[in-house]
Amino acid sequence: MPFIPHTEADVAEMLAAIGAESIDDLFDEIPPELRAKGLDGIPAGLSEMDVTRLLQGRARADGQPLCFIGAGAYEHHIPAAVWQITTRGEFYSAYTPYQAEASQGTLQVLYEFQSMMTGLTGMDVSNASLYDGASALAEAVLMAVRANRKSKSKRVLIPKSLHPSYRRTARGLVGNQGIELVEVDFDPATGQTPVAQYEAAAADGECAALVVPQPNFFGALEDVDAVTDWAHERNMLAIGVVNPVAMALLSPPGDWGETGADIACGEGQPLGMPLASGGPYLGFLTCKQDFVRQLPGRIAGKTLDADGKVGYTLTLQAREQHIRRSKATSNICTNQGLLVTAATIHMAIVGAEGLERVAASCHANTRRLTELLCEIPGVEPLFDAPVFHEQALRLPAPTDKLLRALAAQDILGGFDLGAEYPELDPAVLVCATEMRTEEDMVAFRDKLAAVLSDE
Amino acid sequence: MLIQEQSRHGRTATAQAPLEMADVSDLPAGLRRKQRAALPEVSELQAVRHYTRLSQQNFAIDTHFYPLGSCTMKYNPRACNSLASLPGFLARHPAAPESHSQGIMACLHELQDMLKIVTGMHAVSLAPAAGAQGELAGVMMIRAYHDARGDHERREILVPDAAHGTNPASAIMAGFQVREIPTGSNGDVDIAALRDAVGPQTAGIMLTNPSTVGVFDRNIQAIAETVHEAGGLLYYDGANLNAILGKVRPGDMGFDVIHMNLHKTFSTPHGGGGPGAGPVGVSKRLEPYLPVPLVVKDGDDYHWQVEHDRPESIGRMTAFGGNMGILLRAYIYARLLGAEGMRRVSEYATLNANYLLARLKDAGFTAAYPERRASHEFIVTLKREAKEYGTNAMDFAKRLLDYGFHAPTTYFPLLVPECLLVEPTESEPKEALDGFVDAMTKIRAEAQENPDTLKQAPYSLPVRRLDDVRAARQLDLAWRPERVED
Repeated sequence: MPFIPHTEADVAEMLAAIGAESIDDLFDEIPPELRAKGLDGIPAGLSEMDVTRLLQGRARADGQPLCFIGAGAYEHHIPAAVWQITTRGEFYSAYTPYQAEASQGTLQVLYEFQSMMTGLTGMDVSNASLYDGASALAEAVLMAVRANRKSKSKRVLIPKSLHPSYRRTARGLVGNQGIELVEVDFDPATGQTPVAQYEAAAADGECAALVVPQPNFFGALEDVDAVTDWAHERNMLAIGVVNPVAMALLSPPGDWGETGADIACGEGQPLGMPLASGGPYLGFLTCKQDFVRQLPGRIAGKTLDADGKVGYTLTLQAREQHIRRSKATSNICTNQGLLVTAATIHMAIVGAEGLERVAASCHANTRRLTELLCEIPGVEPLFDAPVFHEQALRLPAPTDKLLRALAAQDILGGFDLGAEYPELDPAVLVCATEMRTEEDMVAFRDKLAAVLSDE
Repeated sequence: MLIQEQSRHGRTATAQAPLEMADVSDLPAGLRRKQRAALPEVSELQAVRHYTRLSQQNFAIDTHFYPLGSCTMKYNPRACNSLASLPGFLARHPAAPESHSQGIMACLHELQDMLKIVTGMHAVSLAPAAGAQGELAGVMMIRAYHDARGDHERREILVPDAAHGTNPASAIMAGFQVREIPTGSNGDVDIAALRDAVGPQTAGIMLTNPSTVGVFDRNIQAIAETVHEAGGLLYYDGANLNAILGKVRPGDMGFDVIHMNLHKTFSTPHGGGGPGAGPVGVSKRLEPYLPVPLVVKDGDDYHWQVEHDRPESIGRMTAFGGNMGILLRAYIYARLLGAEGMRRVSEYATLNANYLLARLKDAGFTAAYPERRASHEFIVTLKREAKEYGTNAMDFAKRLLDYGFHAPTTYFPLLVPECLLVEPTESEPKEALDGFVDAMTKIRAEAQENPDTLKQAPYSLPVRRLDDVRAARQLDLAWRPERVED
């Protein structure tokens, strides 16, 4: 039997020890009228060989197109060692380190991860992951409203230049607790959200916090120092949503403005996670020391054992659902432990200099891609603003038609901005990470030009 | 030693990144980072050796019997990992067009269908990223249902005192108040207390069945009737779905909404604390509220349904629609098992639990509910040992580690004193269970002889017993570079 070791003799012996006639007798406390009649519709089991054939066919069917989409998930090189070590059974098949002495491997990885994330973001403390960037933002908003002692407001300013799926996810997850997300318009000339826009949105009442992305959804860089200081002048907390690879080049949230952002979160996928259709990724959440008791999720801490030797354990568990139940900071239990392991190994191998090279290469490639695409008549930057590794481009023809024609030639030509921002149509958001070569980018330009001339 | 403490300035694993530093002088200087981030500088070999060694400091299913109750630590077939990691699956961008997604969408659609069948529910969404997020999605749907009917007074969720802590925490996140219902002395929900608790304020009840005390609630039909008659809905916490797979279906028990932990029942890896996947299933009246995205089939083609296709949806739980790689692993596992294999999951998990309980009872340990059949897990209470030897459940747990067994869940559920919640799972052979009984018996003999042997345990692990109080009082949550110079 697949994955079940019992022999017939084992079963007989075990039933005798229990004092039962058959395995079926063990279910005799289930009311008979409820017993399932069968599993009609579930196919019969397949051998590993047959399942392999099936899955290989399915994986092949989706092809391996040349990808110029970013929009929150980025194709980066992942060192071979990262997943070879991560999928070792000792990491892969362990669970939440409830028994610390038997889980020092996982716990030390969590502590090292927290250390790396505070290093990258310039914040004081980090938790040991949430589900993804969008749900991490939702937790950051809940946390900010709880933590702001100077304001009782349940309103939070959130710019439209932030990822649309993040805004939707956060709205769904925080709305039930009476928290209102007030949307802030971006400057149509730059795609950025300057202080004046936040000021206009805040005009009709007090707010507890604001959200500032770096870079924003359009790839554009925000004036994070000015926005952070403005928030603090108004007794608001500043929540940064940042790309961790960009942090190798850009001023980290801990350095923003006079005193730094209060909370910083984001999507950890660029740190060693494959695109994998959208998950599993990892959400990270970091904050100033003052707010550590409002931080949701697992946290590993350093301590000593009975002999005075250094060890690691889950700590501040009085914040968590398995201790505090209805009074917990969040309901989160299982988080993204294995992805934390991958991200930690990834950062250890790539290092600060490697990450900076990756970031610089992404920036330069996107700059080059923009040059190439803008050689085509009618294609031009949509906004006048510095960008990290994504560029919004105006197109001379309907976006969906162009993207479909490109996809038919195995080029994913970017994210259709009009689908989320009708006022920007026709426009596309493109990204060229360090994985795209000059050849790839020239092919994209040539095929786009050809598709347009067929119009 | 931390990886950070092995760092030497100038030692980097440069083969892993682009060989040149590209020109970024066009970035505004004011937005640039002033100092390089404090990440370790080590060689690839150093990193590989360090993390390989760390991995060896873990107990895991692949190395140890891991009977952690309620967590279902069973074998994670390797084929599920290698097939979900095929290049076509790993490289697919979440925003790739449907033309380049039919392969994975076929898998997801078939998984939705299989989960509908095994749970007896009308429709399934795969979106929630873990069990707790599935719970949240479930109670959000309950709220959306009542709100859509203008039934705004239903603001209370009932939760048995034995429930997972995530249940009350999820209900609060969905904007509900929580009322606890006691468990009777036989392990079933106290039905009289439930009847007193329901009313026009009742939005629903969150129930695990078999419950966290390891028994099937025989009054489930009466519970369903009581809550439904009061106008509330029934939420099924699927943490223990593996106990009843193919035997009884939550939909047939009267549940309106259910979440499943695929990392438990469908054997996706626990990963040292995730990732999980927590699909939700609903009855017909809750279908409009399911979280997005969903996969639908039209002729031979698969399509996504998102917010604008499903205006009443509670929305999206993560940016990109869920832990796809985990859903794929669960799909592969389900195809390997088939209908027969799924039935065997509940049968052999239950056989192992009842055998282990019988052996432990024979060895003189006290079952928390001795007159009841165990489900896939059971509780042993060490109250007597605590009284006679002064050793508590945690002491037994720590000593078990020395004997090469991961400890069962301790001190949960809270209503049973000095409890060990034991879940052997179907993938363990009889020899492993016998070995566990031997170890427990020896440990009790040690407790009798010299309780200190247990209280000082463990002895054979990378660290001795850790000081949790110190960890919380003298918070040290991150390494900082200046400490090197200290």
